Amino acid sequence: MFPAAFDYIAPGALDEVLSLLGQHGDDAKVLAGGQSLIPLLKLRFAAPVIVIDIGRVDGLEGISRENGHVRIGARTRHRDVESATDLRGTLDVLLDAAPLISDPLIRNMGTVGGSICHADPAGDWGAVMLAVGAEFVVKSAGEERVLPAAGFFQGPFTTGLQSNEVMTEIRIPVGSGKSGGTYLKLERKVGDFASVAAAVHIVLGGDGRVASAGIGLCAVGAHSIKATAAEAALVGQEPTDDVIAAAARLAGDAAEPKADIRGSAEYKRDVARVFVQRGLHTAIDRAQGAAA
Amino acid sequence: MKVTFEINGTAKSVDVEPRTLVVDLIRTKLGMTGTHIGCDTSNCGACTVLLDGRPVKSCTLLAPMLEGKKVTTVEGLAKGGKLDSIQVGFHEEHGLQCGFCTPGMMLVGKALIEANPHPTEDEIRWGISGNICRCTGYMNIVKAIQHAAAANATENTAGVA
Ligand SMILES: Cc1cc2nc3c(=O)[nH]c(=O)nc-3n(C[C@H](O)[C@H](O)[C@H](O)COP(=O)(O)OP(=O)(O)OC[C@H]3O[C@@H](n4cnc5c(N)ncnc54)[C@H](O)[C@@H]3O)c2cc1C
Ligand code: FES
Ligand code: FES
Repeated sequence: MFPAAFDYIAPGALDEVLSLLGQHGDDAKVLAGGQSLIPLLKLRFAAPVIVIDIGRVDGLEGISRENGHVRIGARTRHRDVESATDLRGTLDVLLDAAPLISDPLIRNMGTVGGSICHADPAGDWGAVMLAVGAEFVVKSAGEERVLPAAGFFQGPFTTGLQSNEVMTEIRIPVGSGKSGGTYLKLERKVGDFASVAAAVHIVLGGDGRVASAGIGLCAVGAHSIKATAAEAALVGQEPTDDVIAAAARLAGDAAEPKADIRGSAEYKRDVARVFVQRGLHTAIDRAQGAAA
Repeated sequence: MKVTFEINGTAKSVDVEPRTLVVDLIRTKLGMTGTHIGCDTSNCGACTVLLDGRPVKSCTLLAPMLEGKKVTTVEGLAKGGKLDSIQVGFHEEHGLQCGFCTPGMMLVGKALIEANPHPTEDEIRWGISGNICRCTGYMNIVKAIQHAAAANATENTAGVA
C-alpha cells in the first residue's frame, strides 16, 4: 500500500507552517509522528494535496514546569513522556498511561499533540487530558487560542481545532496540594487500542477532603468523555469507600459504549465503572502518601 | 524531491517521490532486502529499522522524514565481517525459525540493550512487544537478547580490566 501523491514541505519555522496552512486550508495536512496519518494516507482515507511536516520546527518538543503548569510541547513523543519519571507524584496518570499506548516502536515516533489532534475515541491521551484539566495552545497566522480539554473532543476524529491551526503546547495545571492519579486500560493484547480505559487524577485538600477530581473515559463513546457528574460527587467529600463507589457508578453512567467484537455495551460500561473505582482508590492512596 | 541521510554509516542522497515509504526506499531503491514487509499496516515490526538509534516501523515512515537522520538496518549490524553480539546471540540461542521477524527482533534487541545493558526478562519481553513472531513462541528470542547482553557485559569488563 502506498499513499496517493502529495506535495511535501518541512518548514524550519512555525510562522511558515502557519502561513502555508492559512493558504492551503483543508487541502493541507500537518504531519507530526505520522503514526496515525501515514496509515490513513496508505489506506487513502486521507489524500491531502500537501503534507506539512512540523518535524523541523524548533521549540515544539519537551516537558517543562513553569508558573504552576507542566508544559508539554505538542511534538513530544509518547516515549519521552514515558521516561519523564520526575512527573511521578504530580501527574501519575501521565506516567501510567504512556507505556500503555501502542508498542515501543510507535511510542518512539508518535506524539502527544498528534494523538490529541487525531482525536481517536480510543486514543489514550484524550481521556488523560480530560482528567488532568489540560489546556491546549493552538496557533494560526496572527492568532493564538487556548482551548480547555473539556469541550475539545467533539466526535470521532473531530475537535475544536480549525484547519488553519497547529497545536503547539499542552498545559497542565499543577497545584501545591497532594495529588495522585492512575490510568487503567483493558486491551485484547499488548499494544492494542483500548477496549475500555479510565484516567483518574485527584487533588486532596489539607483537611483530607477531595479538593478536585478529574475522570476521563476512553473508548466508551464517540469521543473521549469527561465524567463530570462523578467528579462533582467527589469534590468536597471525604474519600470513603462509599463515596468512591457512588462516584464510580456515576462514571459508568457517563459511558456511552457500543457493542462490538471487544464486548457488549453492558460489559464495557461495567469495566469503566470498575476501573474508575479501582483508579480512585489508587489515586487517593497515592495522594495520601504524597508530600504536600 | 532530494533526501539526504545516512544509512549504515554511509551518506546517501536519493531522489524520491514524497509519498515513498522508507521500507520501499530501502528495499527497492537501495536494494537492501533485509528489512522485511510483514503486515504493511504498522502492526508487526518486520520492517523495523533504527532511526537515530531508536527502533521505528519503516512501513509507517515517509522517505522525506529521513532528511538529516541516521538509519541502521540489519545489514548495518555486522562490522568488517564480524557479527554483532546481537547476531551471535540469535545464532547461539537459536532465536529464530523462519527468520522473517529476525531483522526487526535483532534491531529492537540491540537498541534495548544499548539503553538498558542489563534488562530483566520482563523488560526484554516489554521491549519486543511491538514485534510479532509467528514461529518461535519468543522463548529463544528472549534468550538470544540475554545472551547478547551478557556478552556485551563481559566484553566491557574485559575492556576495563
Ligand atoms: C499499530 C498502532 C497502534 C496504536 N495504538 C494506540 C493506542 O493504543 N493508544 C493510542 O492512544 N494511540 C495508538 N496509536 C496511535 C498513535 O498514538 C499515534 O502516535 C497518534 O495517534 C498520532 O500521533 P502522531 O504524532 O503520530 O500524529 P500524526 O499521525 O502525524 O497526525 C495525526 C493527526 O493529527 C494532526 N496533527 C498532528 N500534530 C498536530 C499538531 N501539532 N497540530 C495540529 N494537528 C496535528 C495531523 O494533521 C493528523 O490529522 C496507534 C497507532 C498504531 C499505528
Ligand atoms: S510491515 Fe511495518 S509493521 Fe508490519
Ligand atoms: S522466526 Fe518466523 S516469524 Fe519469527
